[in-house]
Amino acid sequence: MRAVFNKTLLEIAKKDKRIHMVLADIGFGEIEPFRDTFPERYYNVGVAEQNMTGVACGIAMEGNIAVTYSIANFPTLRCLEQIRNDVCYHDANVKIVIIGGGVSYGALGMSHHSTEDLAIMRALPNIVIEVPCDNNEAIGATYAMIEHNGPFYYRCGYKGEKDIHSGPVDFKIGKAITVREGSDITLMFCGPIGSEVVEAADMLEKEGVSCRIVSMHTIKPIDKDAIVDAAKKTGGIITVEEHNLMGGLGGAVSEVICDTGAYPKVFKRLALPDVNVCKIGGQKWIRDQYGLQARGIADSIREALGKRK
Amino acid sequence: MERCKEIAKQVRIDSIKMTNSAHSGHVGSMLSMAEIIAVLYEKILRVDPKNPDWEDRDRFILSKGHAAAAVYSVLAQKGFIPQDWLKRYYCDDGKLMGHISHKVPGVEFSTGSLGHGLPVAVGMAIAARYAGSNRRIFCLASDGDMNEGSTWEAIMFASQEHLDNLVLIVDYNKIQALGFSKDIEDLTPLGERMELFGWSARRVNGHDVEALNDALKQVPFAKGKPSILICDTVKCKGIDYMENTVESHYRFVPDEKLEEVIAKIGG
Repeated sequence: MRAVFNKTLLEIAKKDKRIHMVLADIGFGEIEPFRDTFPERYYNVGVAEQNMTGVACGIAMEGNIAVTYSIANFPTLRCLEQIRNDVCYHDANVKIVIIGGGVSYGALGMSHHSTEDLAIMRALPNIVIEVPCDNNEAIGATYAMIEHNGPFYYRCGYKGEKDIHSGPVDFKIGKAITVREGSDITLMFCGPIGSEVVEAADMLEKEGVSCRIVSMHTIKPIDKDAIVDAAKKTGGIITVEEHNLMGGLGGAVSEVICDTGAYPKVFKRLALPDVNVCKIGGQKWIRDQYGLQARGIADSIREALGKRK
Repeated sequence: MERCKEIAKQVRIDSIKMTNSAHSGHVGSMLSMAEIIAVLYEKILRVDPKNPDWEDRDRFILSKGHAAAAVYSVLAQKGFIPQDWLKRYYCDDGKLMGHISHKVPGVEFSTGSLGHGLPVAVGMAIAARYAGSNRRIFCLASDGDMNEGSTWEAIMFASQEHLDNLVLIVDYNKIQALGFSKDIEDLTPLGERMELFGWSARRVNGHDVEALNDALKQVPFAKGKPSILICDTVKCKGIDYMENTVESHYRFVPDEKLEEVIAKIGG
């Protein structure tokens, strides 16, 4: 997904001279085409994320679009106040891109897991949050990011994500995409963990359980209609995300349910527990440790629906 | 230059009255920069109150956002905002918040948390260069500002990028929130440090309007380098009993002393 993002941004930047990239010395093997094509719109501020964000804000305040880019929490939590006070307060056209949402960086360890970002970024006024699930959504989200005038957080995957959609998607900010229709339960997910959700649904299909699957790629502004719709149309909602249980997709969906009174019969949030993840292993292995691989998700769905395997 | 002195005097009077009325702090920080802000707006900055969004205007960022009242005073004197807004500073249903806000006409950028001004100024300087504009970016910082890591990140990157359209002015009153800077995070020798970081540095008496004007007229001090003007100032300059005290960061002039203090300034 990282490669697709960079390729798409490069294509857009060929036509849109407002786009500048401001880096903090991260992006080896990916950002070089942008650097070599647009040296006058490319800055590496060194390992200095606060400055990266402040500089990007200054560039954006002058009618440009500034993209900050780094891995995991470096361009978000490390410089959170610059995002809050400089970018969001001034409605600056800064696009914050992280590579490696969730536990994409696996065995690199806790410092490189982005597992609280959605909760923290969601609390900031005036920002759009996108979590594309596959390369199709990644392309759509990149175009949407540049078209949107204002602060934007793009939680990109890493590499090797499975396609969830069969082809290009009609990508609109704040508009969930239905991956599959179904009647027993709606599975709402964000990000590449969606491939596990699809696999879990396939397993359950064979057992006669019909799962509806919805990609909630926009975390803010959340698609309220899709949530109310899911509560009405199917027997319940289960959210799945590669994020701390607190304040991410599951939190956002449950807020809408409470605010609208559209209570589903069954509701469950599947996410990482509220711990610092220090288990050592790859992304899929870590997911499995917390019941977030396909079989664990399928187990949780069965349990929620009161069904036995 | 007499006009600069008049503007600075009015900055002092307004700042004292505004903080008195609001029962708010930071008067010392406002008074130490009175001449700096007066010279900037009277002699240096290419700005137009009738057209505050003019594209090629010089940009001014107050990184020491807590001294906002001093800037509000100048903006009122220069006609960017109505005079009566000064009476609605730091109060319910106010017009002017305690820390500088871009919601006020003529204010480029909001600050309040230290260390935010210079990185943004660097970005604006890069954008000016990209746009092919000869506008300059001025950023006014405090001792406390110069403690922040983000300020030093920006200092290093500004010289790396040879941003000679960028001017950092330090209101060097040598006091910060909990005491004298030399006892907390000693910046000396600031000029030498900045030269080593690739900047061109000059130092003036920050209460001498002629010296300030002479120096600021000469930016950039060196081609291809960002400029820093270190202004030696006295915290709370003009209120004798509060001058050069940490307390002036927190206290305001009480009602019973107001008339006497303002009379001494010449108001």
